[in-house]
Amino acid sequence: MNSPILEVKNLYKTFPLASQGIFSRVKGSNKAVNGVSFTLNQGETLGLVGESGCGKSTLGRSILKLYEPTSGSIIFEGEDITQYSANKMKLMRTKMQMIFQDPYASLNPRDTVGAIIAASFEIQKITPAGGVKKEVQSLMERVGLNPEHYNRYPHEFSGGQRQRIGIARAIAMKPKFIVCDEPVSALDVSIQAQVINLLDDLRDDFGLSYLFIAHDLSVVQHISNRVAVMYLGKIMELAPTEELYQNPHHPYTQALLSAIPLPDPILERKREQIILQGDIPNPVNPPTGCVFNTRCWKAQEICRTSEPALVQLGASQVACHFPN
Amino acid sequence: MTLLSVKNLSVEFPTTDGLVQAVNDVSFDINAGETLAIVGESGSGKTVTNLAIMGLIPKKTAHVSGKVLFESATGQVDLLAIDKEKLRRYRGRDIAMIFQDSMSSLHPFFTIGDQIIEAHQIHNKVDLKVSRNRAIELLELVGIQGAASRINSFPHQFSGGMRQRAMIAMALVNNPSLLIADEPTTALDVTVQAQIIKILQDLQKELKMSLILITHDMGVVAGAANRVNVMYAGRIVESAGVNDLYANPLMPYTQGLLASVPRMDRPHTARLETIPGQPPSLISLPMGCSFSPRCSQKSSISGNKCETSMPQLTNRTSEHSARCFIGESQ
Repeated sequence: MNSPILEVKNLYKTFPLASQGIFSRVKGSNKAVNGVSFTLNQGETLGLVGESGCGKSTLGRSILKLYEPTSGSIIFEGEDITQYSANKMKLMRTKMQMIFQDPYASLNPRDTVGAIIAASFEIQKITPAGGVKKEVQSLMERVGLNPEHYNRYPHEFSGGQRQRIGIARAIAMKPKFIVCDEPVSALDVSIQAQVINLLDDLRDDFGLSYLFIAHDLSVVQHISNRVAVMYLGKIMELAPTEELYQNPHHPYTQALLSAIPLPDPILERKREQIILQGDIPNPVNPPTGCVFNTRCWKAQEICRTSEPALVQLGASQVACHFPN
Repeated sequence: MTLLSVKNLSVEFPTTDGLVQAVNDVSFDINAGETLAIVGESGSGKTVTNLAIMGLIPKKTAHVSGKVLFESATGQVDLLAIDKEKLRRYRGRDIAMIFQDSMSSLHPFFTIGDQIIEAHQIHNKVDLKVSRNRAIELLELVGIQGAASRINSFPHQFSGGMRQRAMIAMALVNNPSLLIADEPTTALDVTVQAQIIKILQDLQKELKMSLILITHDMGVVAGAANRVNVMYAGRIVESAGVNDLYANPLMPYTQGLLASVPRMDRPHTARLETIPGQPPSLISLPMGCSFSPRCSQKSSISGNKCETSMPQLTNRTSEHSARCFIGESQ
């Protein structure tokens, strides 16, 4: 649990915004991931939270090199994979996998479940002992699907079952690290709990490390050891889960926690809520200084002019001029 | 005073695969000034119930039966029994609705202002200028800054939170006595969700409206509702005051729903409680109680009763009813 499996150093991912036409010129850029650094330890789950457009999915995809990072480095098990070619990455994908948000869009509707899960065996030219079909069926059983449904198509399954298919596909190569990109946000609560428990069990059984991306802070709290809060492409606060929820230092973390309604009418009605004004600024034109200053109730002159660095504060790391 | 009374509402959709029983004998009342939450998972019939109340389910594609009695200024009407033209007089004036997806519920070719003004013009014989001022007033009320100029914006120029505010402004332009909000915050980020819920609560108090809040978020319900109807597979399975429901849920489905939500205010537990299995298909509902295939407590009722006969929604106290054989007086 102490040795890092993944180190991300000063990662940037910018998407150029081109003008229309053939001789298009770059007009500006969307800095989706803007200088992010963190480490992930063996067997650990790092939660990554933030509102839509904060760059959390882009970060997850850049780490797996589904997007080519603009600069910075990604070190996986001591190997710097940032410059790896697509061919070299193909081999790495036996160790690094992804579970997607939308269980409807992430499965090929024309393939059977068996073919979907078996695809990585074919791509990696690996034949498991006992044959592919047997291995796929045992994977299906492991994630709580009926192995007899091997020849069915994705549309014959419910949302929760489809997410299980996606999970079976991700663990087929016995990876060490999985990026879970909002794996339960499309599911109903009762099904969501089933899938979270499954992810919990798989982590313990296979010694997996997760980067768990979600916008639901209560789900993240349940599954994570540490949590990083992102806003406009930057990490605002990174702390051990208990510390972050008990003792949030960054005003944005406080506001985010306060915005979650508690499922208890008596507590919910008497708690003080911080309601942020306005929306997230456009990442093409982020505010100067601290990116959160336009919505922050603590903002002063310095917040508009100088950008706070992510510094250690007790057990947490915080990027704020006036942390709590 | 009862504002709206739904009696034995059923909605069935004939399909090539069979008859989909989306709403099954649903009855409830909503009082003036009250917030009623309707909770349940996807496919439980929450939205179809409310579309039926609004007369938005085409009679060609569905069988709608039952009564929807509404107390209007001119007396009681059954919204299901009157014709389209008459219904239009109530819809948008006395009863308004806001939808989940604000991008697809606003017309992309017309400005926000045009759409709010149109909603006002249909029900009021007044000058365009008057309607325009009313639209600006409403946009200010829901917290759009610079409303007088933003009224000329198109929907795509608004963010998701602002579009939902514009939808609320449009719904409230004729001072409805009942507002139906169908998952108004599901597509929004939590910080924006908190803003929208606050606006709905403040406006409801100010305008003394009744509010039907459809949601699957047990946290939103806890903060906003007075009473809650829990729906499962097209039926109401439990109905109670909000405090009573959370403190003392009677139906095993409600208990499971509340237990499966991860909670930030409680110590971390190793595993989440789950409800095994998944909701039944509305084409082939199970015999007996629709929840029985997933129910962990059915063994406490003798003789497979849960699997053979449907329990009725019965009063357990004057304010709390549940559809379950457990705890029913024999």
